Amino acid sequence: MRYLPLTPTDRSDMLAAVGAKSVDELFKDVPASARLPGKVAGLPDHLGELEVERAFQAYAAKNVSPSTAPFFIGAGAYRHHVPSTVDYMIQRGEFLTSYTPYQPEITQGTLQYLFEFQTQVSLLTGMEVANASMYDGSTAASEAVLMANRITRRTKALLSGGLHPHYRAIIETTAHWQGYSAVSAKADAEGLEELIAKVDKETSCVVVQNPSFFGHVRDFTKLAAACHAAGALLIVVVTEVVSLGLIKPPGEMGADIVVCEGQSIGNGLGFGGPYVGLFATRDKYVRQMPGRLVGETVDADGKRGFVLTLSTREQHIRREKATSNICTNAGLCALAFTVHLTLLGEAGFRRLAELNHAKASELADRVAALPGVKLLNDSFFNEFTLRLPKPAAPVVEALAEHRILAGVPVSRLIPDDPSVENLLLLAATETATEAGLAPLIAGLKEVL
Amino acid sequence: MVQSLDRSQGRIGGGAANTTAGPVSTYTGNRALQIEEPLIFEMGQPGRCGVDLPEPSKVKDRLNGLKRAGEIGLPGLSEPQVVQHYTRLSQKNYAIDMGVYPLGSCTMKHNPRINEKVARLPGIGDLHPLQPVSTVQGALELIDRLAHWLKTLTGMPAVAMSPAAGAHGEMCGMMAIAAALEARGERAKRRVVLAPESAHGTNPATAAALGFTVKPIPANDRGRVDLTALKAALGPDVAAIMLTNPNTCGLFETEIVEISRAVHEAGAFFYCDGANFNAIVGRVRPGDLGVDCMHINLHKTFSTPHGGGGPGAGPVVLSAALAPYAPYPWIVKDDGDTWRVAEDGAAVDGKPLGRLKAFHGQMGMFTRALSYIMSHGADGLKQAAEDAVLSANYVMASLQDVMTPAFEGPCMHEALFDDSFLKDTGVSTLDFAKAMIDEGYHPMTMYFPLVVHGAMLIEPTESQAKEDLDLFVGALRALAERAKSGTAAEDFKAAPRFAPRRRLDETLAARKPVLRWRPSNNPPEGDPMKQAAE
Amino acid sequence: MADTKYTEEHEWIRVEGDIGTIGITQYAQEQLGDVVFVDVPQAGRKVAKGEACAVVESVKAASDIYAPVTGEVVEANAALADSPGDVNAEPMGKGWFFKIKLSDKGELSGLMDEAAYTDFVKSLG
Repeated sequence: MRYLPLTPTDRSDMLAAVGAKSVDELFKDVPASARLPGKVAGLPDHLGELEVERAFQAYAAKNVSPSTAPFFIGAGAYRHHVPSTVDYMIQRGEFLTSYTPYQPEITQGTLQYLFEFQTQVSLLTGMEVANASMYDGSTAASEAVLMANRITRRTKALLSGGLHPHYRAIIETTAHWQGYSAVSAKADAEGLEELIAKVDKETSCVVVQNPSFFGHVRDFTKLAAACHAAGALLIVVVTEVVSLGLIKPPGEMGADIVVCEGQSIGNGLGFGGPYVGLFATRDKYVRQMPGRLVGETVDADGKRGFVLTLSTREQHIRREKATSNICTNAGLCALAFTVHLTLLGEAGFRRLAELNHAKASELADRVAALPGVKLLNDSFFNEFTLRLPKPAAPVVEALAEHRILAGVPVSRLIPDDPSVENLLLLAATETATEAGLAPLIAGLKEVL
Repeated sequence: MVQSLDRSQGRIGGGAANTTAGPVSTYTGNRALQIEEPLIFEMGQPGRCGVDLPEPSKVKDRLNGLKRAGEIGLPGLSEPQVVQHYTRLSQKNYAIDMGVYPLGSCTMKHNPRINEKVARLPGIGDLHPLQPVSTVQGALELIDRLAHWLKTLTGMPAVAMSPAAGAHGEMCGMMAIAAALEARGERAKRRVVLAPESAHGTNPATAAALGFTVKPIPANDRGRVDLTALKAALGPDVAAIMLTNPNTCGLFETEIVEISRAVHEAGAFFYCDGANFNAIVGRVRPGDLGVDCMHINLHKTFSTPHGGGGPGAGPVVLSAALAPYAPYPWIVKDDGDTWRVAEDGAAVDGKPLGRLKAFHGQMGMFTRALSYIMSHGADGLKQAAEDAVLSANYVMASLQDVMTPAFEGPCMHEALFDDSFLKDTGVSTLDFAKAMIDEGYHPMTMYFPLVVHGAMLIEPTESQAKEDLDLFVGALRALAERAKSGTAAEDFKAAPRFAPRRRLDETLAARKPVLRWRPSNNPPEGDPMKQAAE
Repeated sequence: MADTKYTEEHEWIRVEGDIGTIGITQYAQEQLGDVVFVDVPQAGRKVAKGEACAVVESVKAASDIYAPVTGEVVEANAALADSPGDVNAEPMGKGWFFKIKLSDKGELSGLMDEAAYTDFVKSLG
């Protein structure tokens, strides 16, 4: 077996050194009733690399790769070009095969990029401080609500109808089992929801998304003021982080906690994960944050260095009083994010956002010109909602048969609401081309 | 013999270390391959960019008047600068790819590159999670294939795939237990979760988040759960026990079958923390031990890379009693040969507890883990577990005369020592660990588990050649003997000397937190170039 | 002369009139190491004897501080926010945590005096 260095001679020498006759003796503490007589039954034996690769190619061949088809899907995960440098860098063994940087003297590489990551996230969101990543945007949103509950000592979260349905479901699940309350507004495709009136003295936080699940771009400044007047916090979720290159950041709207899905920068679609959650807040709340934080300090020679800090918030020290149970997070995806954003820089990041907006504008104009199709958005970034003259799910399936990946029927994520049956979410990023757009328009014409 | 002599040159004997002592200064502050590296924010120049993007077509913006004003503050760097910057940073890291990484409880085993390759195949790595299911049949089949392996290896009937890491899996499993109790009408009554004092911090953190009261159960003098004390603690108020097996002392719970029987007789559930599954995979099925649920850290047992702290994946295997409560999504095979994703609200053969993560879980980790599993096969996984256990016992046997094992062996995949061999030497566990860095090793896990004084937990894994284990053992023996000489305490306190940084001031970091770069932050040593010139 | 009493959790309380000043002992600060943060209760909070009402943190540990007596917090040591090291430098002086208005001075009789506390610390080895 190519991964196992011990030879039969090594094994017998080592057993002799241990004073055991066989390896079975080392397992003598396992109760006899649980000792398997041999290998686990019903599973194949080891394979060479070539055979393994072939098996995965066979799985891949049963899927439609977005690189081979017109592609307009978003809804919380976005297809962007990731520069080759990013994937090279995250595959360097020194990053890929290192553990959480608990020994700072020999993990300055990880610690410094996480410090850069924290700074980048703070700048993008317009917030004061960010942590070293969460699993993804959806779980980060749920952690943000828990944090708001701790800060306000209240237990009622108000969820916007523009919040991604999966994010809402996770917050509701956590609320149910952890014993607090999450009040969800009805999904609102028009984006005209009014949350301010619902904020009261029991509200711990209001959770909104910008752009919303349906693509609308909103200013939450007044909502933030209403929250603060009632002693509640405003949590802003961003599922398309590229939008922050073009849209006023949540920090400038008065947000108290900002969580983002960071996948768009540096991380491929990967069928849903692993992604990277960004989590930012105000300095005054830093001790209530979940997750790891990297801080600057000096070493014994007075040289600048970085360490994990404020760790007493975390489970390995605070145990049942920890701010979260999170341990492993998304370190390598954070590196991908940081390397990509560093390549982009100020000019590239803004240009990327402009490209996305321009491509989506063109797409919107062309699909809205189709008979019976209505664009529901006055405002959007790179994704918007269409009302089709018929249910959207079969339309998407029909186009898939022509190998056109034409967006997400809203009913897939909100199955229990007949009013969304005809709604289709379409996204266009910098990867969209005329070669993809033309078949989409033609295909829609055909099936509508 | 020749080979081992070669290996010893420049390493053993101490001469080399002394000749490099004393201050060495260079113009740049660099030390050969160790390059001092600023932050990207100190390197950027306006007008530089590491990407070339086309000019966007001119459109009237539809941003509701919310266009971002002002600079974001991101630095501009060219591609070669970015490559050099992160390459230099990478060289300040220790990694599995460099050598023995004996971090107990973390399972730092070899990360095969075929796993990286298959995870990136077009048609796998680039799929959108919300593509029509007709276009992702292979991906769903792949997930189900991994699920099949996990269920078969653990002897459990069901698995929830979506948790993103071990702690997330714990949350999933404990929610499933809460759901099962709720269905029985016992949730309000069973408020207590029992966990040994040696438990991972995530266990009490998870239980407490769900409103359970955590009660510690003591260990006996053999490092195992005290069965009598456990039985005394079990009552109608107990919801579950959370137990790691093999436990955090690296020992198999010999009375595990009696423990699970007693837990079930009391009407409670048995949550097994699967962090140490690596020791027994392919040899022992947790289902045969009476486990109700167990998370599997794919980034430990199944070798998906730790990546400097994630991403991980924490699928949870479930007993028949808990299977109905597995969260959405469920991947279901319909009649015929078609796969379907049952998402929120869809009718399934159960009562899902809700949703824990967007989309379908950590697919990239599933792919890597399945590749690792297929590469090993049933025979290779069993051999890997045996080699891991043999290596740990070999390390323990080779060190037991100079260090102090905390408990009598055999151990499982990790060897636990206490600090009594350092008594009165002036050298602490921390000092000992930092001295290992100068010997070219990542330290072992320190001060965990909490039940052992000055704990040192060594997990060599199955990935190290015997020669490398011998060199590692030799280094630890030399350090132990030097510590015990009683004259080296100062030396130990000054370690590490040869790492990219010496010991860092964690008190300063915590008292005056600097958590991001700001234009006003001056590096404490000033400009390294200027300093070197002075 | 103020009367100083001690608890088995290594807190001290010095009472003048019906106001008690509370902090941690020399032994406690030595065990903790460098204190990096103290979370003190707000004035006006009512605490019961034995209730966890403050947290003292070092880099690798966080310890709850329990009210040695019942009463109402009248003042917290705001200076600790900027100089938590005061707890190490002068645990029984400027490193005090908070002041409390005692509800029942009788509770003091259950606490140790200095000699008893010194013996107690010795017994910990």
